[in-house]
Amino acid sequence: MKPRAGWMSLATQTRPPSVAPARGESAPPPPAPAASAPGAPPVAEAPDAISVRDFSLFYGAHPALKHIGFDVPAHSVTAIIGPSGCGKSTLLRSFNRMNDLIAGVRTEGEVRVAGLDVRSADVVELRRRVGMVFQRPNPFPKSIFDNVAFGLRLLGIRDRAELEARVEQSLLRAALWNEVRDRLNRSALQLSGGQQQRLCIARCLAVEPEVILMDEPASALDPTATARIEELVLDLKRAYTIVVVTHNMQQAARISDRTAFLLDGELIEIDETPRLFTSPSRKLTEDYITGRFG
Amino acid sequence: MSPAPRDRLAALPRGGPGLARRAWNALVLAGCGAGLALVLLPMIMLVAHIVARGLPGLSLAFFVSMPKPVGEPGGGMANAIVGTMILVGACGLIAVRVGGGTGLYLAEYGRGPFAGAVRYAAELLAGVPSIVVGVAAYGLVVLTIGHFSAIAGAIALAILMLPTIVRSTEEVVRLVPRSYREAALALGAPRWRVVQSVVLPAASAGIVTASMLALARAAGETAPLLLTALGNRFWSVALDQPIASLPVMIFDYARAPYSDWNQQAWTGALVLLLLVTAVSAMLRLAVRRIG
Amino acid sequence: MTSSAPAIGRPLARADVRARAGLADPAYRALLTLFAVGVFAVLALIVWECARGAAPSLAAFGWRFLVSADWDPVAEKFGALPYLYGTLVTSAMAMLLAVPPCIGAAVFLAELAPRGFGAVASFLVELLASITSIVFGVWGLFVLAPWLRVVIEPWLIAHLGFLPLFRGFPFGLGFLNAGIVLAIMIAPTIVSISREILLATSRTLREASLALGATRAESLAVTLDAARPGILGAMILALGRALGETMAVTMVIGNTNRISASLLGSGATMASVIANEFTEATSKLHLAALIELALVLFAVTVVLNAAARLLVRWTTGGRRDVAGAA
Repeated sequence: MKPRAGWMSLATQTRPPSVAPARGESAPPPPAPAASAPGAPPVAEAPDAISVRDFSLFYGAHPALKHIGFDVPAHSVTAIIGPSGCGKSTLLRSFNRMNDLIAGVRTEGEVRVAGLDVRSADVVELRRRVGMVFQRPNPFPKSIFDNVAFGLRLLGIRDRAELEARVEQSLLRAALWNEVRDRLNRSALQLSGGQQQRLCIARCLAVEPEVILMDEPASALDPTATARIEELVLDLKRAYTIVVVTHNMQQAARISDRTAFLLDGELIEIDETPRLFTSPSRKLTEDYITGRFG
Repeated sequence: MSPAPRDRLAALPRGGPGLARRAWNALVLAGCGAGLALVLLPMIMLVAHIVARGLPGLSLAFFVSMPKPVGEPGGGMANAIVGTMILVGACGLIAVRVGGGTGLYLAEYGRGPFAGAVRYAAELLAGVPSIVVGVAAYGLVVLTIGHFSAIAGAIALAILMLPTIVRSTEEVVRLVPRSYREAALALGAPRWRVVQSVVLPAASAGIVTASMLALARAAGETAPLLLTALGNRFWSVALDQPIASLPVMIFDYARAPYSDWNQQAWTGALVLLLLVTAVSAMLRLAVRRIG
Repeated sequence: MTSSAPAIGRPLARADVRARAGLADPAYRALLTLFAVGVFAVLALIVWECARGAAPSLAAFGWRFLVSADWDPVAEKFGALPYLYGTLVTSAMAMLLAVPPCIGAAVFLAELAPRGFGAVASFLVELLASITSIVFGVWGLFVLAPWLRVVIEPWLIAHLGFLPLFRGFPFGLGFLNAGIVLAIMIAPTIVSISREILLATSRTLREASLALGATRAESLAVTLDAARPGILGAMILALGRALGETMAVTMVIGNTNRISASLLGSGATMASVIANEFTEATSKLHLAALIELALVLFAVTVVLNAAARLLVRWTTGGRRDVAGAA
């Protein structure tokens, strides 16, 4: 995060920083129906940003995920790898319930994300606190500014100065500010693919998620744009918990702290990334990372 | 080391969407559902009325007897039913040939500006009101022959069907797997043979289905027939003479001041509805099962 | 797809096969091209026939044809204004009545309905599009007209009679009936095209907005915004259908050549007057005037359709480009 001067100057016009400890902030109160104050004190300890317990998912009668269980520590990057069709995207989309959009999906077991029980939480609040970046850049056909401001406006922020400050901050964090600062009112569709993807990341950062899910975020991009996204991921993990699905093992090795290997809906192995790639404990993992199948 | 940068601006409000957002959401969703109900309701009522009022007049006699003069009870629309079949058959012969050929051209050779222009012309043709097609067919055929005739009606209907057949033929032919063509080409067959003996047979079920759908719609067309085939109270199957048709007869009977004719109009409407809609429904369901 | 196919089958290829193929392929292609040219020919013939038939009327009245309200076959005076007016009023009413519920229905089918229900309802809507105009006419004449005469129109006169729109006597037949019937008839067009456009536009946008914590309604706003040109196109296509619709309108509009400010009054549209008077036209000029009406109708609908198709293409095709921009 080099270009910091921009948002440092913004600090003066905002309230003093809350002294939330990094972890506590990702454990807000459970979704009480009453208004929860901005500075609500952290309640229960959430040891992990995501915890999955004996989680299964079915398309109709077909099991797509079978008894998955693992934890994702806060402020880390976890990569999910596996051959196509193994359920990695499905697992990722379980964390913000995007699978709700598909008819006939049924789940068992427990998933807690950002302190919320995914199954019982208000889905709108859950998704707001769990950002998602998709395989193909999907900016709205609106201006760059309006793309980033979209989520903020949903939250009822109408004040122009505040919107501008938050948009700038998000674009800075997504390392896009310097490229678009002069053309915030141009259509987002005029940006290059890589820029569009960083815009989508900025859009997702604007609503201050605690966890960011990335579904093959660089697979539609050229190598240069991919490198920039990877850099950004490494930078962002200081403030966010990131789960990234990728079919690219080199990418997983480069950016992740921990790697999970999924095969046919089963979690075969999850471990520190260096260890998983150098001395996997399961034969299947070894076969996969050495290219025997997949 | 800086703290997490998000501490610089005030934290965003927490919690789920507020009451206003929830209420607006519910309102919009309910509105959309109400819209669908409002679209479907009149349609369902219409079908219910046609069935309820048409059913009492439905009998074998309706299909096999000729219309009776005013005042005489009974009678049917045999001539109109046969007339509609003749019109639809003749129009199918014309439209399937021309439209199928055009669709095949678009699917096989359809790249470049000329093909684009043909597609666009077909789309525009689909938007021409049927009465205008009737007027044109009147000038083209009726004036040339010198009197109203079945063939004029068939030509008008064929023009109306043409765009549908062009488009669906193109779509269906494009669906034929590339591997079929490549297999045949690799055996040394010339292009035209490949199209005629491999591509067309593979696409034929789809083309037939699409043509039937278009024919079913043509069977219900009325306006162009008023200006071309005219109508006929008597038995006629000659292509160069005015011919009766179900829709025109319904039109005449519905506007007549005799209640038994009105009853026959209801029954005619029911028959037409069954003919057109049932054929469409069955074909569409069949297509879905295949596709 | 290679065009030098015969060369591949070398072992069995005979020289004469190759020679015949060399001639047959272009001939086959030329034959198919001829059919394709036929589509243009048909469009051109329609224009030509209408223009030729309308020539006497064009010569006799010129532009006055469109602004004169005097339609008198006996005196051989023909002005199309009452029919332009009737066409405009009925189509406008149909659009006003049909568009709001239809967009709601399209959104419901594309985005909200559970899959099974959505499929069934979409199928129903497709079927409704296949119900023919004459059937609507019979229904409008025997069911809608009495209901309007006995229930709706007296109520309108009693409660809204202070407006010029709702003055007069409850006949049952007239602009109001025609507008309602047209609205029902064009509904399937608007619903099914809008639904397809929403489906083509929406998936990625919907996921993007929902993932940001938008409610369903807020996500719909984004999708609708992106689909707006295409939905406008669907509406214009429907308008084109309403303008040219003949039989149902002929049966319920009352068929008079008056310009009535009240929706309860009777009138006629361009299409309905052609259907009514064409075979009984009393003179050459009368026939020419009717054909000129067809020419006007043709011009209006072709312009509308051309615009609408471009809009629909632009929206759906444009989105595909956007999705593939990466």
